[in-house]
Formats: sequence, C-alpha cells, structure tokens
Amino acid sequence: MTFTALTDADRDAMLAAVGVGSMEELFHDIPDAVRLGRELDLEPALTEAELMAHLSELAGRNSDAGRELLFLGAGIYDHYVPAVCDAVMQRGELLTAYTPYQPEMSQGTLQAIFEYQTAICELTGMDVSNASGYDGTTVAADACYVARAATKRAKVVVAQTVHPQVRRVVRTFAPGFGLEVVEVPHSGGTTDPDAVRAAAEDAACVIFQQPNFFGCLEPAPDIAAAATAAGALPVAHVDLLSLGVLEAPGNYGCALAIGEGQSAGNHMSYGGPHYGFMAAQGQHIRRLPGRIVGETHDLEGKRGYVLTLQTREQHIRREKATSNITTNQTLLALAGLAYLCWLGPRGLEDVGRACLSLAEEAKRTVGHPLAFDRPTFKEFALDVGRPAEDVVRAARAQGVHPGYPLGRDYPDMENVLLVAVTEKRTKADIARLAEVLKP
Amino acid sequence: MRLVYERSRPGRRGGRVPAPGVEAAEVPAELRRAAPPRLPEIAEPDLVRHFTELSTRTFGIDTGFYPLGSCTMKYNPRVNERAAGLAGFRDLHPHQDPAGAQGALELMWRLERMLAEVVGLDAVTLQPAAGSQGELTGLTLMRAYFDDRGEDRTEIVIPDTAHGTNPASVAMAGYTLVGVKTDPRGNMDVDDLRGKVGPQTAGLMLTNPSTLGLFEERITEIADIFHDAGALLYYDGANLNAVCGISRPGDMGFDVVHFNLHKTFSQPHGGGGPGGGPVAVRAMLEPFLPVPRITRGDDGFGYDWDEPKTIGKVRGFAGPFGVFVRSYAFMRMWGPELRHMSEVAVLNANYVLARLKEAYDLPVDRLCMHEFVVSARTLKREHGVTALDVAKRLMDHGFHPPTIYFPLIVSEALMIEPTETEAVETLDAFCEAMLAIAKEAAEDPQQLKDAPHTRPVRRLDEAEAAKRLTVRYLFEDHPTSE
Amino acid sequence: MSDESYPDELHYHDAHDWVRVDGDTATFGITWYAQDTLGEVVFYSPPEVGDSVTKDADYGELESTKAVSGLVAPISGEVVEVNESLDGNESTINDDPYGEGWLVKVRMSDPSEVDALMDAAAYRELVESL
Repeated sequence: MTFTALTDADRDAMLAAVGVGSMEELFHDIPDAVRLGRELDLEPALTEAELMAHLSELAGRNSDAGRELLFLGAGIYDHYVPAVCDAVMQRGELLTAYTPYQPEMSQGTLQAIFEYQTAICELTGMDVSNASGYDGTTVAADACYVARAATKRAKVVVAQTVHPQVRRVVRTFAPGFGLEVVEVPHSGGTTDPDAVRAAAEDAACVIFQQPNFFGCLEPAPDIAAAATAAGALPVAHVDLLSLGVLEAPGNYGCALAIGEGQSAGNHMSYGGPHYGFMAAQGQHIRRLPGRIVGETHDLEGKRGYVLTLQTREQHIRREKATSNITTNQTLLALAGLAYLCWLGPRGLEDVGRACLSLAEEAKRTVGHPLAFDRPTFKEFALDVGRPAEDVVRAARAQGVHPGYPLGRDYPDMENVLLVAVTEKRTKADIARLAEVLKP
Repeated sequence: MRLVYERSRPGRRGGRVPAPGVEAAEVPAELRRAAPPRLPEIAEPDLVRHFTELSTRTFGIDTGFYPLGSCTMKYNPRVNERAAGLAGFRDLHPHQDPAGAQGALELMWRLERMLAEVVGLDAVTLQPAAGSQGELTGLTLMRAYFDDRGEDRTEIVIPDTAHGTNPASVAMAGYTLVGVKTDPRGNMDVDDLRGKVGPQTAGLMLTNPSTLGLFEERITEIADIFHDAGALLYYDGANLNAVCGISRPGDMGFDVVHFNLHKTFSQPHGGGGPGGGPVAVRAMLEPFLPVPRITRGDDGFGYDWDEPKTIGKVRGFAGPFGVFVRSYAFMRMWGPELRHMSEVAVLNANYVLARLKEAYDLPVDRLCMHEFVVSARTLKREHGVTALDVAKRLMDHGFHPPTIYFPLIVSEALMIEPTETEAVETLDAFCEAMLAIAKEAAEDPQQLKDAPHTRPVRRLDEAEAAKRLTVRYLFEDHPTSE
Repeated sequence: MSDESYPDELHYHDAHDWVRVDGDTATFGITWYAQDTLGEVVFYSPPEVGDSVTKDADYGELESTKAVSGLVAPISGEVVEVNESLDGNESTINDDPYGEGWLVKVRMSDPSEVDALMDAAAYRELVESL
C-alpha cells in the first residue's frame, strides 16, 4: 500500500496485541448513522509513474516563465532563484521537521530562523523581526492588529497605492478586529502626505507601500512623518530586493516594516507558498504575532536558540493571543535567508540597481508615455493608448507577456499597463517588448 | 556552531548578478540607502556547508519517528517535491492569463472536489494559508451568513480540550468564547452543553476525534442541539487522519470544515511551514466563500471574482499553489483507498497504546483513534519525574518526543500519534524506550531530569531567553560567541 | 526560590494574590503558590500610578516562560506606587513574594472589602485542595 509498511502478518500480530479480532472493531465507537458505508468517490489510485505523467500533462498546459517572456509583476516577480535556495529547501531534515517546540531537536531550524530575523532587521532598519507570516497580504492584517493593541485606536488608514490584494485582505479581517478601514486616494501616482495627515486623525496606523503598486517611489519619509504627527503608527510595505538601493523604513521613522518576501529567494509557483515578513521597533516586540527565536545558553553554558515570548502565541495565551498563527512559512523564509546570504550586501545592491537600470532603459525604449510623472524602481505604468487587456492579448500571441492591466483594480485606468523589469531581462528582451507594444 | 554572520569575511560573496548592459540608474537622493545592510559576506561552498550543518542539527521525519499528537507527522513523499518542481507549476506567474494556466486551474478544481468528497460537503475554498487561517476564515464565513440573515449571534462554543488556535481564532473573529466540559468518558458533556446554546450562539467549534484521540459518540445529538438553535457546526480538521473514508464531518452534521494539508495530506512541515488550510462548506455558505472562485465552463477553467456576498480575500491569489500540487499528488496516489490510510493510522495508535498503558496512566480507558493521551502523573507523584523529563529522555533514545502538556485537562499529558507510515518494528522500538524510561524513573530519576545527554545542546534556559530578548545578531555588540 | 509560606498578617484572595494593610494604604503581591505555578517570572506589566483598581478585576500581568497570568486586585483603590525595582529583577517575585517582591501600593477606597478576603489558614486550606 502507498507509503505504509503494514503486511498481513503485521496486521494480525498487532490486532492480537490490541485484543481485537479485526480492523472493523477498532472503529466500533463510530455510530452507524455517521458511517460513510460506501467507497469514496475518487479516481483509482495512481502509481508514481502514472502520477508524474498526469502532472506533467497538467504542467504542460501552463505558460510559465520559460515559455513566455515575462514583464509581468504586480506583487510577484520573475527574479532569478539560485540553486542554493532549492538545495536548502530539499535538505530532508529542514524539509520534514515540525515547528521547533522541542529546541534540543531543532537547533538547526532555530538558528536559521535567528539568522533570518537578523537579515530582515538589517534590511528594514528595525530591532525585531518575527519568523515569518503567511504572505504579503496577511502581514498587513497582522500589522493592523498590532497597531490596534499599541494605540487602542479603532481605525486604520491604507494608501490606495498599496497592492489591491493587500487592501482586500485588510478589509476582510478588519471588521472582526473592530477596525474601520479608510483609504487615501493617490494623487498623480503617489500619496500626498497632507492627505495622510488629515485621514490619520485617530488612526491606529497608516499603511503605505514603497515602491507602490504602480511602481512609483512614494515620498516615504514624509508619509511616515505625517502618520506620526497624527499619533498613528507608520507601517511601510516594502520590497526586500529594493533595500540595497532604497533607504530602510526603520531609518525614516516607521514603526513596522512588512511585505511579501517572494522576490528574495522564492519561485513564483502560481502565487505560493511564499513568506510574509514583519519587523518592528523594539517597543512592539511583545505585540508581534508569530514566532520569535531568541538566544540563550544550555545547562553546560553552550550557546543555543529557543522560541521565546511564546506566551504571546496561541498555545499559551489562547483567547488573549497576539494572533492565531501556528504554522507559518519557515522553509520559504530559510530559502530567502540563503538567497540574501548568497547575494551579500554587494549582490543585493547589484540586483536592485540592475532592476532599476533595466526598467529605466525600458521606459526610454518602449515608445509609450508614462501614466505618472514620478520616479520608479523596477516597475512602471505605461499609458498604451488603448485597452491594456487587448495589448496583453496581442503581445501574448507573440510570446511576450507585457504586463498587468491596471484597469482590473483602478476603474479609470483601462489603458494603463504595469510593466515589470527584473535582472533576468536583457536589452534584447526590452527591444522585443518595444516591438510587441508598437501601436 | 557559528552563526552565518560569524563566518562572514569582508570582500567575499556567493553569486553574481548579470551585468545589465545598460546605463546605470540611481534613485532620488532623499530616498537613497545611506549605509548598506550588514548581510553575510560568504562564498557559496561555505554557505552550503553552513546550511548542511544546520540541517544535521535538526531532527525531521526523514531522520526518525516523530509521534507528535495532533500534528500527523507522516512521511512526506519525495515525488511531491518533484511534482511541485515541474517548470509549468514552479515558474508560473499567478497573474498569468487563465488561458495560459489551464493545467494549474484544473489541478485546483479537481482538488476542491476531492476534498469535498472526503468530508461530505458541497463547496471548497483552497485559499487559506494554514489551518488556523482556515479557522478564522470559517468563523468569518459564519459571521457573514448570520449578518446576511439579520441575526445577531455573538458566541462560539468550544470544548475544554480544544487546540489553542481555536480560542485565539474566536477572539480574532470578534466572537465571545463559551467553554464546555468533557465527561469522564472523554466525550463532550452534553448536559453542560444544553444550557449554553441559544439564540445568541453562532456555532460550535470541534475536532472529532477529539484531542484525546476519542470519537465523539453523541455527535448526532450534539449537532441537533446546535441546528435546533439555528446555529452552525465548525469542524477543526486537525484529526482528519483518523476517519477518511470511514466517517465524514458533513455526515456528522458539520457545516464548515477546515483541512490541514500539512497534516493529513502530506505537505512537509518545513520546520514551521508552509501549510495549507482549505475550507469546505455546506451549500448555504457557498455564496460567502472568498474570491476568486475556480470555475469550469465550455471554454475551460477560469476565475470568478463576481460574488456579491463574498467575505473578500484571506490570502493572496488562489492560495499556496505549491502546497496544492503536493496534496493533490498525495491524494491521487491513494485514490479511494484513503480509507486504508486511516485504518492503519488507527491500528498503529492502538498498538502503541496497548503496549504503554501498563506503565503510564490512562485518563480514559477506551480504544483510541489515530492518537491517544497518557499521563506521567504517577511517575511525578512517586519519583518526581514529569512529562517533560520523559520527553527529553526520549531524545537520547533517538526519537522525537510526543506532544506534552496538551490537552490541558490531563495533567502531565503525553499525546502520541504514530501515523500510518510507521512500520511495526519502529513502534516496538518506541514502546521499549518508553517502558525503559518508566523503569529508569524509579531507578535513576536524575538521568531523566538531566536529559537529553546526546543532542547538540543540553536543556536550554528559556527564562534567560525571555529576559535577554536577544532576537537578532548584534555584530560588534553581540554578547556571545560560538 | 523561596520555601512555601503564607504569613499570618496578610489577607488572601482566591486568585492567589495577597494584601498587606498599613493605615489607609494596601500593598498587593502574589502568593508562594502563584509564583510556584507560574515558574520563573520574566516580565511584569504594571498599572500606572494614578490608575484605579477594582476588586476582583485585572490590574496588570506577570509573564513567565510558560504562561501569562493576570494579576487580580483583592480590593479596590488608586495606585500610589509601583515596585520599579522589579524591572530587570523579576525573579525577586519568586524569591521573596511577600517582601521585596511586592507589586503595587494602593490607597484603599473601601477598607471594608478586606473583610471578604481569606486569612492565612483558610488560604492554606484552599491551596492544599488544589
């Protein structure tokens, strides 16, 4: 049988040891009224070879990054994932271990998470990071929960230039948290700090994104200052790969830094699994959701690592917990750590500068005006002069995916295309993009 | 062992990024990074050695027996990794046009239907990122359902054996928690329950079998109490490994179910994630499911975002797709013989229980399901040896300990779940270790209290960690070295 | 860690908190049983001077590595002093729960509330029954 070792001889010996005559007797506590009484209506079992044939057929019907030239971004990006990341995720012990509640059995995982926490703090300029959240959308909901506990206020402000899915997830969970959500519309592609100041009166936090969903660079320090002036926590939703060239949120007054970690070391995998990250100034440490690893010593004085402040988590505080998160995204966060270590500080700056420079080249070459007159990072919004959905369809017919139609989320932007350029793209690729975008 | 930062040397690096071959650009001065982040400077061979060393200091299912109750630490099939690594899955962008993602959409569509069949309900969302997110989603669905009906219901009933995520999810969803007791037979105390259910009740949150590993014998009666009051039943799917193909939560009377793909359905735990927490519902809750829904029409598979009563979105995109690939692969290799998986899981647990019940206290004397709870209460009273000491000594025998101190209603609890992928000689070796430990408790308790002796570290000072709060490497200011 | 004791001159609340009365001021702390169950205290989250505390309601929190415990006010009043010396020395609560491990001093609003509390003998009986 699949993955079990039980033979008929094993079964008979074990039933005898238990003191029952048959497998059926083991289930005698289950009332007849709730028994299924028939076989499950599922297709017959496949062998491994048959399974791979079936899955290969399914996978073959997807236009992945190897088959189409991708300028598609909008929150998930076609960056290069080095082989070391896969090697780390396939180490059997790291892959198949449970959450490290028994620290003597999990020093590897615990130390790796400690190293990950350090990397996130370094990139974001913060004092403390958790061990990861589910993804870039749920960490925003987590941030609202933290801000409410910190300020006791019942409103959160979110810039409209934050990723639409992030805003949607915040709006889904906010009512249950007792929070009202107010959005600040964009002004010319970025967010006006004065509008933030006005909206943030009695707000627990202001969430903004840098670079924002349109790829534009926000006046982030001024937005943070406006939030602080209103007594709200500034929360920056950032791209880890930009933090080699862009300033760290902790260094311009933010209380929390959150985001989607996929760009740093995870394959796109049709949306997941990836890892969300959350880092904060030190005074918020006891409010952070998720796990935190701390350093200590064993009884022989040897350095070691443990989950700490576990009293915040669901399994001790129960209904007073800082969140209900248990399983998070450790393995993906470790791939992120491997990636950041592989790059080092110079590599991180190189990849950020490569994306930025290639995007600037694309802006110059592509032959359409920008929708917003603002500096950008690795993505930019183009006014393509006709419905962006049609442009995408036409380009895909030529083997290029030119970008994300912003009209899907912003009603007055039907003709605007969001183009992403990563370090995997070349000058020749950009020339091809210009070709397929010709009116 | 050194931290990766302690292996760093200025000037070293791992890989290189291709030169862009275009004019170098810069960001505006006021937004520019002033000082580079202090990431390790390390060559790739040393980086690989570092991660290999980390890996050897962690014990996984691949290493040995891992009987954590309620965690279902079964073998994680290697073919699942190959499957998730197929380029058509791994390198697919989630915003890709549905016309260019038909294989992925079909996989999700089929997985939804397979999961619905296993639990006997009508509609599924794959979106929640983990079991506890599934719980929060399920509770949010219930709230939307009652709001739509104009009913103001504020309470959720949960048993005193509930997993810690349940009360936390209840609080996060904005409900008030009402607790109900467990009777001496390990079932919900139905008399205690009756007085606590009324028009203010939104529902019950229950796992069946319970965290004691026992099937709720009066489940039909319990379901009627809630349905008669106009309330709903929520099933925590953490223990689904016990009943697949044998009894279905939908048939027991549950209206909402969450699955833990990283438990019953073999997604690897990864040291703390990723997981997957799909939710299945009875038809009347379908309109409220998160968007997008996955559809099948004449022109293939697609997404439907136009659901006016949806609760919205709980996670990005359609959910953790790579996890779906692995669970789908697992389920396709079992087919309808999934029933056998549960039968073996239950047999393995009963076998270990039969061998251990002489040496450990048994809170309830019944056949168990896929897991069971014993207590070290007598060992503590007579020899001062606690469940914690037993757990630490098991490490020296080469086993991962079971879950300890849970459920809360059993003192010195040890919750043991072998799963179906263990051979009988592994179970025998574990039992022999447990019996040897019980004997050692009487003869040489200090050995237990000082355990483990053979792991990379001895017992760690958790109070020191909580007081120091050193939660990152502090470079020149770091207080310790290797 | 200290030895088990329940001083006779104190009054006890069944949530395992004690009161020492001195004129119109009352000092609160946790009992030996409470600190023994909690384990080594690592964090004290006190109220602020000037806050009012209400009999039977939470007024603060103690954290150990395994649990968080709400502190229950045995009687009502206004906080006049918080034991700041515990910051960084939280284990004093374990070592000297009735002396240096005191938590807050309160100006009583209704001294008759003391009558509803247990004496040392009654509290000792309660602990033995647990």
